[in-house]
Amino acid sequence: MRKLDYTTIFFAIMGSFLVLFIFIPIINLITSSDAGSIISNLQDSQVISSIFVSVYSALFATVIALLFGVPLAYILARHDFKGKGFIESIIDVPIVIPHTVVGIALLLVFTSNGIIGAPLSKLGLTFTDAIPGIVIAMLFVSSSFVVNSSREGFESIDPRMEKVARTLGAGTLRTFYSISLPLALRSIVVGSVMCWARSVSEFGAVIILAYYPLVAPTLIYQKFVNYGLDNATPVAVILISICLAIFILVRVLMRGWRTYDKN
Amino acid sequence: MIKIENLSKDWKKFKIDNISLEINDNEYFVFLGPSGSGKTMLLELIAGMWSPDSGKVYMNNTNVTYLPPEKRGVGFVYQNYMLFPHKTVFENIAFGLTLRKKEKQQIKIEVEELMNLFGISELSDRLPRTLSGGEQQRTALARALIIHPKVLLMDEPLSALDRKTREELIQEFRRIHKKFDITIIQVTHNFDEALQLADRIAILKKGKISQVGTTDEIFRHPKDKFVADFVGSENIINGIAKEGIDGLTIVDTGNIKIESSQKKIGDVHLTIRPEDITLSNENIVTSARNVFKGYIKEIYDLGTIIKLTVDVGEQLILVLTRKSFSDLELNIGKEIYIYFKATAVNLF
Repeated sequence: MRKLDYTTIFFAIMGSFLVLFIFIPIINLITSSDAGSIISNLQDSQVISSIFVSVYSALFATVIALLFGVPLAYILARHDFKGKGFIESIIDVPIVIPHTVVGIALLLVFTSNGIIGAPLSKLGLTFTDAIPGIVIAMLFVSSSFVVNSSREGFESIDPRMEKVARTLGAGTLRTFYSISLPLALRSIVVGSVMCWARSVSEFGAVIILAYYPLVAPTLIYQKFVNYGLDNATPVAVILISICLAIFILVRVLMRGWRTYDKN
Repeated sequence: MIKIENLSKDWKKFKIDNISLEINDNEYFVFLGPSGSGKTMLLELIAGMWSPDSGKVYMNNTNVTYLPPEKRGVGFVYQNYMLFPHKTVFENIAFGLTLRKKEKQQIKIEVEELMNLFGISELSDRLPRTLSGGEQQRTALARALIIHPKVLLMDEPLSALDRKTREELIQEFRRIHKKFDITIIQVTHNFDEALQLADRIAILKKGKISQVGTTDEIFRHPKDKFVADFVGSENIINGIAKEGIDGLTIVDTGNIKIESSQKKIGDVHLTIRPEDITLSNENIVTSARNVFKGYIKEIYDLGTIIKLTVDVGEQLILVLTRKSFSDLELNIGKEIYIYFKATAVNLF
């Protein structure tokens, strides 16, 4: 066996701190609740509906992020233009804004008399204390995952490959969906899963826009404040299990995904 | 015929500067130049991948300057093949036909015909990353040729390949050129490739054309020092030219006087191809106008040939076959005579 040098050993010890710091609380949480309380919580319609609202809204937010994020990602990957840095910053800004602040910012615009909320409320679309409010809160904080990951995917494709497709008779749109999109799909899927997971976990922005209908993180918070730790834990375990299951599933799928590494 | 008129494009560090050029039907044309000379950009401008800042491109007397690549019907082959990695060899080659909505059976027939031609039939279902460089380049060629383009553009198609594969593909290119009745424009930085393939060559330097001509013209009569250096003229000497006898020009290099059949007066460069110089142990009588006595300064063994540096006042490089090298019993410091004709001396 290769003999390890002291630097590697030292760095490995330092590095394992973070790994354990993340790993221990998660494992402890999952094992801390007894099966009985988890099962009774699973039969609680409030718990089930809050998890459903979370998963469903997050999915919706992800679809919207994909619909608008992928074209943006492609433009950012392929074109240089004035103001590009500004657009990139705007996409990344939600990462640095406190989420309660995001909630307030969105609330001001999307209430029934806000500049976007007012016209939309005339169409029957309300955001405060409604699913659309949850969706936009999620979309705001997590769409950058789709944009940035898709963009990386597009950037890894040699533009000359697209040029060859053009010379063979494919127009720009045809080239996009027969060459660029399939080759970037892996990155787009990764970005989507990150976006979805980030949406499910969103709490701060959601409670300000829409305390009700309850999303799972809000329910956990409510149970914790009103009934204490013992009551909140089983719901937390259920939520984290769902998230981890999907995370692992996607990882496994990704491993089997054909990669087309460059020559 | 392809006609390029005052074409200019400036993009990042790449530049095409007011280039005009005509390429004939069925010609094998080579853009030769060092990296950064703009040769790839010129090729991509012909393919329609860029819009020029100014100037025009005509194909068969039609102005195609603003026609997108998919409407130009040119084939394109890149150095790194640019095969679609998620498609099999068959699907890669079929791509152009699929776009043209041909019937599946017809596509199959045409693709198989081309795969046979390039000897890649057994690779049909393989993905590009499992192929060797030569196989990938053959696939890329087949993919470009399946749409029967009138013009095939190739950007450094041989640079990523090993020597043996390169030789094979050079034969392949010749065959394609004959068989497909096609105009080929190839970009390369390798003069030997150009020599073996080109009907005509354009030498590019910093986005401008330094010289256009047949292979022989460029090889024997480089127009300036840049071209001479680039085509590997090893004997480049400065001198002052004045009129000599018999309609010849005499160039005084400061050390020796060399006669040339070309007419030039004043400060000149002269080049002599190493293979145009003969060497002898004695001062024999020949028709060559230039005879100099000197000694051997350096000997480089290049395997099949031997390269010598001789000092005759100026240092000149010449090449010998291994056989004549040993017949002449040469060694460093040995006194010898060299001869070359006045017609072998190129002036610029």
